[in-house]
Amino acid sequence: MNLFSRKTTPLKKLTPENIAVNIESLSVELNNKVVLDNISMRIPAYSITSIIGQSGCGKTTLLNSMNRMNELITDHKITGHIWMDKRDINHKRENVARLRTNVGMVFQQPNPFPMTIYENVGFGLKLQQQYSRRQIDDAIEKALINAGLWDEVKDRLHEPAMILSGGQQQRLMIARALALKPQILLLDEPTSALDPLATLFIEELMQSLKQHTTIVMVTHNMQQAARISDYTAFIHKGELIEYTDSDSLFTQPKHKQTEDYITGRYG
Amino acid sequence: MAHIDFNTHISVSFNKELEDLRNAVLVMGGEVEQQLFNVIQAIQFNEASRAEKVVLNDMRINQLEVEIDKECLRILATRNPTASDLRLVMTVSKTTTDIERMGDEIARVAKYISQGIFQIDEQIKLNTIVLGEEIIKMMQKTFDAFARQDVQSAALVFERDDIIDAKYEHIMLMLKDRMLHEVEQLDNWLAIMSGLRALERIGDHCKNLCEYIIYLAGGQDIRHTSTKKMQKKIKALISP
Repeated sequence: MNLFSRKTTPLKKLTPENIAVNIESLSVELNNKVVLDNISMRIPAYSITSIIGQSGCGKTTLLNSMNRMNELITDHKITGHIWMDKRDINHKRENVARLRTNVGMVFQQPNPFPMTIYENVGFGLKLQQQYSRRQIDDAIEKALINAGLWDEVKDRLHEPAMILSGGQQQRLMIARALALKPQILLLDEPTSALDPLATLFIEELMQSLKQHTTIVMVTHNMQQAARISDYTAFIHKGELIEYTDSDSLFTQPKHKQTEDYITGRYG
Repeated sequence: MAHIDFNTHISVSFNKELEDLRNAVLVMGGEVEQQLFNVIQAIQFNEASRAEKVVLNDMRINQLEVEIDKECLRILATRNPTASDLRLVMTVSKTTTDIERMGDEIARVAKYISQGIFQIDEQIKLNTIVLGEEIIKMMQKTFDAFARQDVQSAALVFERDDIIDAKYEHIMLMLKDRMLHEVEQLDNWLAIMSGLRALERIGDHCKNLCEYIIYLAGGQDIRHTSTKKMQKKIKALISP
């Protein structure tokens, strides 16, 4: 008898075709400091995976590794593999621009360009110079619908994005990422600057987006991780301590360090 | 297995809340244990007045259940506990329900005694007192295991229930024999049967409590599992 709809496949039971990102022995050194140490994890497709841990533990670096943002730091050393669609994105011949189209990213603070709502969402598409005006219009509408913002902005698409509220701006950022039809969406503390209601909107949006996108999120809000993510990884001082389905991690963590962190004990 | 410390949170007030919650269960357990002791004494010395006090005191146990449950609800709402903290709050909430029911079983026996319908001959009385003492021991071991979150002690309590069941069956055989020969006192026998059944049920509630303790300390749900699987799980917890 299946009384409850929430059910997550245990990581061990996932087959290779269910994996969106396969991280193998990833180590990252930034400015001569080891930030990530030998991380291996398989991120399931069409699910929400949260990365939790103390500030400075390497969560954002791990997220940034998935679209090679760490390379923007001058002094970096990255080893290991990150497999997406049978391609190692860390390979030197990998097309980074194409990768970043495929792996969208939304940051903590909404950062709309000083342009109209329409231009913000269509920015990436225009940059690619391969779509007609009609195609761009359609993609913008679809992205705004998927980001749950269409009804609120459809009559003022050509007004400045800055007039939107914080929560709307963050959904606009998600729409901007979605316009490029990414397979993976990286969210770095997407709701930490939002009020509780706007947070709930984003969380609901994430639940609907995971039907066709893999979401990886860094969050400091453990209740949020427990509430909406299917899988949770706990990082401590650059090491992956525990990675399992969220229900298990938040009720029966296997490692003492995880238990101490999520229950707010001395680390 | 590792002992869970509930007083190592960064929030000192949260430490205190969880500690108070644990202590509240032990206070409630202590009350019920005293009630059981009093009811056994009432049976032994046929003291209706002592039994009446037990019936009245059951109100206090009911009140404790309400108060503890209210605190569990408050902690869930305000602290959003996780992992062992969450297991503690859930365990306490379920534990108090079982303790309250233990109180009801004791009050049922006390009621029969106070109404003068729990009249038993010396042989059955002696056996009932032995049964009662055995249940008190089981109860003490249960609360001790709770206080120490000790999986091994909790597992040992399960075995004690077999002793209680055997003693109960033995008394029931004696009762059946009496019933056959003294049919005119049927109402009395039915009350005694009901009272003895109530005492035996306390052992079952202790077993439930031990299941919660094992869940609290080890994170393993052993409810409704076969003895073999249960022993396997407990063994894994004690020596991983």
